[in-house]
Amino acid sequence: MGNGTSIGRVRGLGSSHKGTHDWLLARLTGVGNLVLVPYLLVSLLLLPAHDYVTVRTWMSQTIPTTALVLIMINTISHARHGVQVMLEDYVHEEGGKIAAWLLVNIVPFAAAAFGIISVIRIALGGA
Amino acid sequence: MAQARSNRPLSPHLQIWRWGPAMLVSILHRVTGNGLAFAGIGLLLWWIGAIASGPEAYQTFLDYVWTGAPGGLAVVTALLGKVVLVGLTWAFFQHAASGVRHLVLDIGAGYELEANARWSSLTLVFSVLATILFWGFVLLR
Repeated sequence: MGNGTSIGRVRGLGSSHKGTHDWLLARLTGVGNLVLVPYLLVSLLLLPAHDYVTVRTWMSQTIPTTALVLIMINTISHARHGVQVMLEDYVHEEGGKIAAWLLVNIVPFAAAAFGIISVIRIALGGA
Repeated sequence: MAQARSNRPLSPHLQIWRWGPAMLVSILHRVTGNGLAFAGIGLLLWWIGAIASGPEAYQTFLDYVWTGAPGGLAVVTALLGKVVLVGLTWAFFQHAASGVRHLVLDIGAGYELEANARWSSLTLVFSVLATILFWGFVLLR
């Protein structure tokens, strides 16, 4: 293990044995999105109108609520993974890496929590 | 990184390669994915949060993203909103088609030069057609 080039510093360390799981999750959530997002798009397309009452009434039914909660979990975790891969490719400075690590580990969870709570509030009729 | 950056040769980068469909689709997959992640999920959360908050918040969302309440900032943002929404649907269709292509590549198929270029190009055709179909349906319904 040398310290000259970036390849030299990692050569011989072996695999982290964690990559496959991330890779598989990206595919799994991607396939989930192939069902969930078209469901949302087609449902919105077929609504007779898009005023508050119509949209809210549609949304508070069981299946749309379920789909929206799944979107908040599945789509956001897929997005989190993709953004993480992008940041890993482009952010190389130590400070930037810490900022990226904080971003990727906090924002998606906050986003999903906000989304799920909103969907449940709508479904349960909270103002 | 600092010491490695000195004067060692860098591998040839974007500017010296001849562009092909696979390269374009590859970078579009990243661009559309990140666009959807930030703009798409951002708008989705604004939309769902607005509906959860009540009719006024939903109206504000509609004003700024689509209808444009007269005489204010919303006129500009509503124009932008339409561009972003059409862009996001295209981004979704492109990312989805390209994602399916990746699933096929994952099983080891489609690496022959011609097949690879053909399926790459087809994702572009699909995303444009699907976007036109989607918004055509919205406008003509």
